[in-house]
Amino acid sequence: MKPRKGSVLRLATPIKVLVQRFAFLALIAATFALMMLGKADVVVLERVRSVAADAVTPILDALSRPAATISEITERAHEIAAVDSENARLRSENERLLHWQHVARELAAENAQLKALLNMAAPPAQTFITARVVADAGGAFVRSVLVNAGEREGIKKGEVAVTGDGLVGRVITVGERSSRVLLLTDLNSRIPVELENSREQAVLAGDNTDLPQLVHLAERVPVAVGDRVVTSGTAGAFPPGLPVGVVTSVNESDIRVQPYITWSRLEFVRVVDFGTNGVLVPTLDRPRAKR
Amino acid sequence: MDVTFWQRLDTIARRMLPAAITLVLAMAAAVPLHVPGYAPVAPAVTLIAIYYWTIFRPELMPAPAVFAIGLFQDILSGTPLGVNALVMLLVFAVVLGQRRFFLGKSFLVMWWGFALVVAGALAAVWMVLSSLDGTVLDPLPAVFQGMVTLAVFPVLTRIFIRSQQALLRSV
Repeated sequence: MKPRKGSVLRLATPIKVLVQRFAFLALIAATFALMMLGKADVVVLERVRSVAADAVTPILDALSRPAATISEITERAHEIAAVDSENARLRSENERLLHWQHVARELAAENAQLKALLNMAAPPAQTFITARVVADAGGAFVRSVLVNAGEREGIKKGEVAVTGDGLVGRVITVGERSSRVLLLTDLNSRIPVELENSREQAVLAGDNTDLPQLVHLAERVPVAVGDRVVTSGTAGAFPPGLPVGVVTSVNESDIRVQPYITWSRLEFVRVVDFGTNGVLVPTLDRPRAKR
Repeated sequence: MDVTFWQRLDTIARRMLPAAITLVLAMAAAVPLHVPGYAPVAPAVTLIAIYYWTIFRPELMPAPAVFAIGLFQDILSGTPLGVNALVMLLVFAVVLGQRRFFLGKSFLVMWWGFALVVAGALAAVWMVLSSLDGTVLDPLPAVFQGMVTLAVFPVLTRIFIRSQQALLRSV
């Protein structure tokens, strides 16, 4: 690698240097302007973001498939190695679940009867769209993923992304064929939740760690490690009863929740339209004002 | 079409190579690898690219290209628009000012210089995002991200050297 004298000499022309300096400062100013506009939630900026994301999503989609295949193969190898013990575990679990299925059927029938007696309004119908996660590495300070479905598939801003395990997060920007999902561990994520048993309301606040924090819980509410946390549906932002996670530690002022999702295994998400959107759009940037 | 047209096209394509490689790398680094704990510490490959090309071929990595790469990174990773663009422009300016120092130096010196650049760049990202969010973000993930980036540095520079020798000799 030799120094290239020619180019250095050319750069040294005073006028050129001046123009370049000016261009550089203009670009720096542009970044500040973008940040300020972004802070003010300008629609155009979001549009730019989603159009650009749309453009790269097909490429990311193609790139992400080999990685997913390799991880599936290694996982498969692990599974084959553990097939005996896994079989025994599943048999006992199956017995337990059959019992639960029986209980659930009885309860569902009873519930339907009681609801009919009360003339209760039926919950809105749910539809969902399955999307593949095509980019997830946002760096050290952001927890979000890009998925390969957007307006074209019927995804709308504010909808909820789940997997079979539980809640993933919510959709924050939607393009034509891509959308970004803010994970519930992100610093800006605030999710209305409740403790499954006591029905006590709280907010699950992400802080970029793997264990989001349970805040705004009323005082003297008993919380124990192992309590299940589900979405609460308060304010109509989230459909109620989606599994979110389990309480893992309880301290004086710090209650942590382990989400059900294994983030590294996140390959597909279901974006669910519960018919509740429209109420929640402004919650992302000013979450603290809300309870 | 005469030959000179194709030659010109060829030169333009070659000149766009550094920026193009950088964009492809940025996308490759964002792909989900399904490795536990990877996403938050995914290497900042665009920093490596900007560092390398600013030292060796600054005329092929001009400020507008750096700006565009930064914006692309912002869009890809979901950070507020402008954050990475700003930090990368600052890295570009600092490295451009010091490039004579690095030219002809050993690889270890370049690596060491890059360690300083990464530390400064991630600290800058941390500061900008903290002030935009109005809180003090936990800087620890950035420390790990910096270390992963440093570890990837030799591999990527090898690729850049190869591509420079193979394709950019004449332009």
